[in-house]
Amino acid sequence: MRKIKELVIEKSLLSSALVTIAVTFGIISVLAIEAFRFFSEVSIFDFFTDTQWTPLFTDKHYGILPLLSGTLLTSFIAISVALPVGLTISIYLSEYAPRSFRKTIKPLLELLAAVPTVVYGFFALIVVTPFLQQFIPGLSGFNSLSAGIVMGIMIIPFVSSISEDALHAVPKDLKEASYGMGATKLQTAFKVVVPAASSGIIVSIILAISRAIGETMIVAIAAGQQPRLTLDPTVPVETITAFIVQVSLGDVQHGSIEYRTIFAAGITLFVFTFLLNTLSYRIRKKYQEKYE
Amino acid sequence: MNSIQKNRLKDQLFKIWGIACTLFGLVLLTVFIGDILIDGIRRIDWAFITDLPSRKAEKSGIYTALMGSIWILILTTIISFPIGVAAGVYLEEYSKKNRLSALLEINISNLAGVPSIIYGLLGLEVFVRIMSLGASVLAGALTLSLLILPIIIVATREAIKAVPKSIRDASYALGASKWQTIWNQVLPASGGGILTGVILALSRAVGETAPLIVVGALAYVPFAPSNPMDEFSVLPIQIFNWISRPQHGFIENAAAAIIILLLITFVMNGIAVYFRNKWQKKWK
Repeated sequence: MRKIKELVIEKSLLSSALVTIAVTFGIISVLAIEAFRFFSEVSIFDFFTDTQWTPLFTDKHYGILPLLSGTLLTSFIAISVALPVGLTISIYLSEYAPRSFRKTIKPLLELLAAVPTVVYGFFALIVVTPFLQQFIPGLSGFNSLSAGIVMGIMIIPFVSSISEDALHAVPKDLKEASYGMGATKLQTAFKVVVPAASSGIIVSIILAISRAIGETMIVAIAAGQQPRLTLDPTVPVETITAFIVQVSLGDVQHGSIEYRTIFAAGITLFVFTFLLNTLSYRIRKKYQEKYE
Repeated sequence: MNSIQKNRLKDQLFKIWGIACTLFGLVLLTVFIGDILIDGIRRIDWAFITDLPSRKAEKSGIYTALMGSIWILILTTIISFPIGVAAGVYLEEYSKKNRLSALLEINISNLAGVPSIIYGLLGLEVFVRIMSLGASVLAGALTLSLLILPIIIVATREAIKAVPKSIRDASYALGASKWQTIWNQVLPASGGGILTGVILALSRAVGETAPLIVVGALAYVPFAPSNPMDEFSVLPIQIFNWISRPQHGFIENAAAAIIILLLITFVMNGIAVYFRNKWQKKWK
């Protein structure tokens, strides 16, 4: 009797774990089915080569490039902010800062990641854009610059905390050998600790990029809703995620081509983040073996 | 200046740069919050919390959105908590090192990195359309439950991992079965850690906007939901809606609603940190 009970419990726990597989399966099949229907009406060649994205206009074009360029532009700006700042923080906290300072500052930094993204969107639009307009006269009210900068601030803790864990995992003997040779903390940090923790740092960068690409509310609020193939950070653009929000806010009928565009846009986004996440997982697995 | 002095100087300069970078984010966060308080604090009064949304900024309140957020929070907890903890327990205590466990592990790690808006598309097709729940609170809560499932699972595993093996061995030695050991020893011992993870995951769910917009949550609902099948709005969507309006009065409303949302988020984070500290002390 007891054995049966134990078995029933084990199986029900297993079924909970299998829910996660069902979720992945669900995501892939939903995106694939709707995207397949989309591509039966729109040629996949046009999708990747047309330079206009105007599915909501009468003259319809379905070129993903403008949305892709918007996504990459805002992500690039965000990473340019988050990477130097985040890495410096991680090196400072793991090599220089006193323990007590580290212990108080880490939860505070994590608070940056806990702020809802809609709040960051408000900052970008209402605070950062007017501030930047004082220095950049041509800056439009919606632009990828302030959206990107604010997104960068949001992902600083992602870069700093994962990198710091990696730096922390570097064996002490390596550092002490370096100090023994008369190296300063800075020399030790950049010539010994950072190279030894490089895989962990790369993981943090990849995850930050993936996070930036998938970020929605900041760009939907502050970067605008005009798909445009440009690298100019001062004009309005639209990202893949912002487009999905724009369509979802309107009244779009199920089964229409407009409805399917969000799944075609969604599968493009999913493929990107999936590749990045898988890559980071591989690197992480390899690096865990190195020190454990 | 010889090279030793040069290197020491560089070392000092980097230290200052390091402090500057560390404070950079925090100072900005303080500036932002200060700005929001200035913009919004005067708008907050009892009527702002109990009033229904309106076309006039000064008459609008957050009642329906706040109630929607509370409904979402409760339903999401009910759905995600048991599944997430059960999956975490399975992976940590039962799963053997085989292909299934490797698949589960890489899969959960991947799900944690899927953008939240993709979960919205999943919810829209599966819950809203195929299961015909419509744009209801239930459909929204189910979507957010799937979104935070990986966070709860990872937190549960970490907490269970921290329970010393000696506790399990002692329980087995007294003749307890595997499940009795887990239920009576492992789960109570790791409860604080699990709770921390669950609260952090829920605080993320309260702040989510994009997946709920995709699922079809509305910017304007005249009444608070009274059952799981009602349509709904949530605080972040209300804020988003107010931000996108040109009149200044709505910006003030948005700032005021942000204060309430941040208050909820920070209180939840504070509770989580409290549990974490209390629980960490236990094993030291």
